[in-house]
Amino acid sequence: MADNNTSAVIDEIKPINKVTFKQRMISYKRKPLSLVMLLLVALAAVLSAAALVFIIVYVLVRGIPNLTPELFALTYDSDNVSCMPSIINTIVLTLLTLLIAVPFGIGAAIYLAEYAKKGNKLVKVIRTMAETLAGIPSIVYGLFGMLFFVYALNWGYSLIAGAFTLAIMVLPTIMRTTEEALLTVPDSYREGSYGLGAGKLRTIVRIILPSAMPGILAGIILAVGRIVGETAALIYTYGSATGYATGLFNSGRSLAVHMYVLTNEGLHTDQAWGTAVVLLVLVFGINTLSAFIAKKLGNKKG
Amino acid sequence: MDKFTIDNMNLYYGKFHALKDVTLHMPKNKITAFIGPSGCGKSTLLKSLNRMNDLVEGCKITGDIRLDGTDIYGDMDINVLRKRVGMVFQKANPFPMSVYDNIAFGPRTHGIKKKSELDQIVEQSLRDAAIWDELKDRLKKSALGLSGGQQQRLCIARALAVKPEVLLMDEATSALDPISTGKIEELCLKLKEEYTIIMVTHNMQQALRISDNTAFFLLGEMVEYNSTDAVFSSPQDKRTEEYITGRFG
Amino acid sequence: MRLKTFRERAMQGVFFLTALASIAAVAVICVFLFINGVPAMAEIGFFDFIFGQKWAPTNVPASYGIFDMIVASVYVTAGAIVIGVPIGILTAVFLARFCPKPLYKILKPATELLAGIPSIVYGFFGLMVVVPFIRDNFGGFGSSWLAASIVLGIMILPTIIGVSESAIRAVPESYFEGALALGATKERSVFKTILPASKSGVLAAVVLGIGRALGETMAVVLIAGNQVQIPTKLTDGLRTLTANIVLEMGYSTGLHRQALIATGVVLFVFILLITLSMQAIKSRSEKHG
Repeated sequence: MADNNTSAVIDEIKPINKVTFKQRMISYKRKPLSLVMLLLVALAAVLSAAALVFIIVYVLVRGIPNLTPELFALTYDSDNVSCMPSIINTIVLTLLTLLIAVPFGIGAAIYLAEYAKKGNKLVKVIRTMAETLAGIPSIVYGLFGMLFFVYALNWGYSLIAGAFTLAIMVLPTIMRTTEEALLTVPDSYREGSYGLGAGKLRTIVRIILPSAMPGILAGIILAVGRIVGETAALIYTYGSATGYATGLFNSGRSLAVHMYVLTNEGLHTDQAWGTAVVLLVLVFGINTLSAFIAKKLGNKKG
Repeated sequence: MDKFTIDNMNLYYGKFHALKDVTLHMPKNKITAFIGPSGCGKSTLLKSLNRMNDLVEGCKITGDIRLDGTDIYGDMDINVLRKRVGMVFQKANPFPMSVYDNIAFGPRTHGIKKKSELDQIVEQSLRDAAIWDELKDRLKKSALGLSGGQQQRLCIARALAVKPEVLLMDEATSALDPISTGKIEELCLKLKEEYTIIMVTHNMQQALRISDNTAFFLLGEMVEYNSTDAVFSSPQDKRTEEYITGRFG
Repeated sequence: MRLKTFRERAMQGVFFLTALASIAAVAVICVFLFINGVPAMAEIGFFDFIFGQKWAPTNVPASYGIFDMIVASVYVTAGAIVIGVPIGILTAVFLARFCPKPLYKILKPATELLAGIPSIVYGFFGLMVVVPFIRDNFGGFGSSWLAASIVLGIMILPTIIGVSESAIRAVPESYFEGALALGATKERSVFKTILPASKSGVLAAVVLGIGRALGETMAVVLIAGNQVQIPTKLTDGLRTLTANIVLEMGYSTGLHRQALIATGVVLFVFILLITLSMQAIKSRSEKHG
């Protein structure tokens, strides 16, 4: 009770050390350049935010009226330019890409975080290569995917060629986020597990991976965002066939490629706006999910 | 004459009452030392004198603090206040730039652009901080390459370069070896002819060696304030006596 | 017991092999690009290919000079940097040092969202909004160096903001306090002590932004006009290396196709150089930090 009273009293105190607007203006009057810098910094932040808001609002305003039932018709034809097949194709492509990339990404991260000795030369090379992969533009991935998977392996424009190409592309993302997640697992967990006589493998599988799971998941979802938004790496690997890609060696178009084709043809601008909305909603939904999971992890740590 | 006056000052960090009704008048051209165990509020009080506490979230101050009779929490330009009341931190914090640019940072901030004038200020400040001879050939070298003691004296020189009236020293020697500490103490005795020095120290011997007045703090309360000789030879409060005889802290 | 050790060893081997995947990927990418691209360069003539100013793959005899496109890529990247870097760095300063907490909670995710927008959406938006705006207000076709620079400038913002902000936050608070205690304003303390101290991180942000702008394809191909020329004014169109690949790969055959792959090789080499300088900056700042 006494405690409550004191806190109420403290809340009511009028402190003398609050920097008032007037005090601030007194300082800026002597140093006008500082005020200019402050305004510049604020202006830049406003511009950055305005760019985002403008793009999103513009796309939504132009796009939402075009979200007609025909745009989601089950079969595509050149009148309705339905994006339904490409949505399904995107989902299948995403799953297959993850199926390839996730085991490699997590395995590599486990090696780097749990097995590799510090200062190991090979580890340095692996990290450098992962960074190099992360810097390669998607069009170069597309070019490589075409040369290697489409022609050299003779898979043609196909689901599997697209998935392998994207798997290499998202590998560094998954590796990095997984490794970071593994490194946040406290050493006491490892010691506790070894103390109970568990081997290294068992410790990793039973203790470390589960506690790092939210971080790993957040990274995977981030990779999903990249896959869904990708265009340049897919045009010459997955191709742009309009139907459903029903087999591994069938060509199809992902939603982003669909949007590119619509834009390029220039005949279905309204539908392109609608498709842009679908794409934005998907990508933002995925990013929000990733941020949400990552935040949960952060809370648990704190 | 009193340089700084603090009357009925209270300070809160959120719900924590960190300084309780402190009244303290500090005379000009003297060294005033704040002593007391860690967490007693002495550094907090020091930082209130140049408003560095404003950076701390949830910090609330009440009362009255005046410099030469002017309310420093009133309409005084906060940057002018900090120019007049310089500060040396516990851990030397030279900027990651050359020795010369470190010293010239303050004067440049206050509008001095002329090279010849800056040169003169840099030399004078380094001389005043008794480090000119050591650094005169390294003015263009990075300040981060200096030893800990040199860095701290550089920071003192940097503070002197803006020609302050008061120098606040927040345990400025606590991270230094005895030789560097001795040099800085000597420096303080010389500087008090021109400046008013207020220092926080953990080291009671240091307070005894160089300060004119000493204030003893405990749990946010100012227990005793008197001439240093009086505080150490005949403390009025039992808690002061216990502290200086090493019973706690 | 023995089975257990075997399993441990086997899995360690498996993890090790997966770790090698990225090395293998880089190696295979290099090999395939180079063995497909380099012979074309040899056939066209290295000098004619890089410095040739005539790109006419369907002429008889055909010419394959990509110099204009190299210059175009550099121009577009420079344009994006001019627009994106100042705004990006200042926004990072705002986020790290001036942003009130409640606003930060909105603004920070917003800048990250900017990174999530797919490039095709940027391209489409540019085509429908930026291009007509330029056509109506500055003349020309609208699809231009300027249009591509603006859109790419926005696209690299999140990279510049994110990397710069963490570099600024990594600077010790004591520099800031030291400057304030000398009577410097908050703005001066930030711009004269914190920002200079974070320069290698900010530089890394810029280099990363350059890499992104240079490699961007889908947005550029829709809004840059794609004429093979060196633009003389901002409203002129141009064709970047990336656009060249996307535009012609679909129907090319023979030497034409190989020349496009060689274009990719040139782009790849540029990107490798950027990655290398990036790593040099990093290791330098680690040494000095």
